[in-house]
Amino acid sequence: MPPLTLITHGDANVTVTRRFAAPSEHVYRAHLEPDLIRQWIIAMPGWSMPICETDSQVGGEFHFAWDDGEGGGFAITGQYILLDPNQRIEHVERMHIPDPTPDNHIETTFEVDGAGTLLALEMTLPDSAARQEMLDMGAADGMDASYAMLDAIAF
Amino acid sequence: MDCQTTAMLDRSFAALADPTRRAILLQAAQGEAGVMELAAPFEMSQPAVTRHIKVLTDAGLIKRRSQGTKRLCRLSPDGLDNIAPWLTMLSDAYGAKYNQLDVVLARMADGPT
Repeated sequence: MPPLTLITHGDANVTVTRRFAAPSEHVYRAHLEPDLIRQWIIAMPGWSMPICETDSQVGGEFHFAWDDGEGGGFAITGQYILLDPNQRIEHVERMHIPDPTPDNHIETTFEVDGAGTLLALEMTLPDSAARQEMLDMGAADGMDASYAMLDAIAF
Repeated sequence: MDCQTTAMLDRSFAALADPTRRAILLQAAQGEAGVMELAAPFEMSQPAVTRHIKVLTDAGLIKRRSQGTKRLCRLSPDGLDNIAPWLTMLSDAYGAKYNQLDVVLARMADGPT
């Protein structure tokens, strides 16, 4: 597996970079098309994703929801700010657990790197209240819930 | 991660959000120093520097001790370690997710897309 790098900068910003052995068109599409998103965005056994909708145009909204199969779950909604085909996605998103967290701004760039793609994702860390809610949910439902949310945020 | 760790993490991030405090922390990383020495490079009063040092101490980033009438400050490595578990969790989550994306991309290359 190609290595993942995660660096912090500024007050609470994180940049994640990762190389993929696939053309940037494919990596870009896998971030926008619900049929493809469903195949990689859910990692927790036992969890399902009943809602996965994207309106992939500038100003379009998306809606994802996860269900732990035991009455628990959470959702993420957001809006696309900029879509530069095969090169860049800028969006805002917030978690609903169930009250919405403050908007988080995320920029994902896809750079051609030989036959592959170098992905760089820049996000703001969730604020302390959102982190606390995620950890509280983990304490109540087991760490799986916290990890499920970490898997879901900022993709 | 327990609640106490989370609370400390929040204080660490808040303390590190200020550029002056980051600079003081870098000074303290050079070795144990008094408040006056830490304040020397900055154009601010000693009470202002003392306040910044208190925030860093509360966040567990700096440890203080008295030597006679002198108050000495030094970097506390434990404090900086508090941020690491959170980032490790984030890194693990991205790692797992992107490994799965590799699988999806391989399928896209093989089949009709």
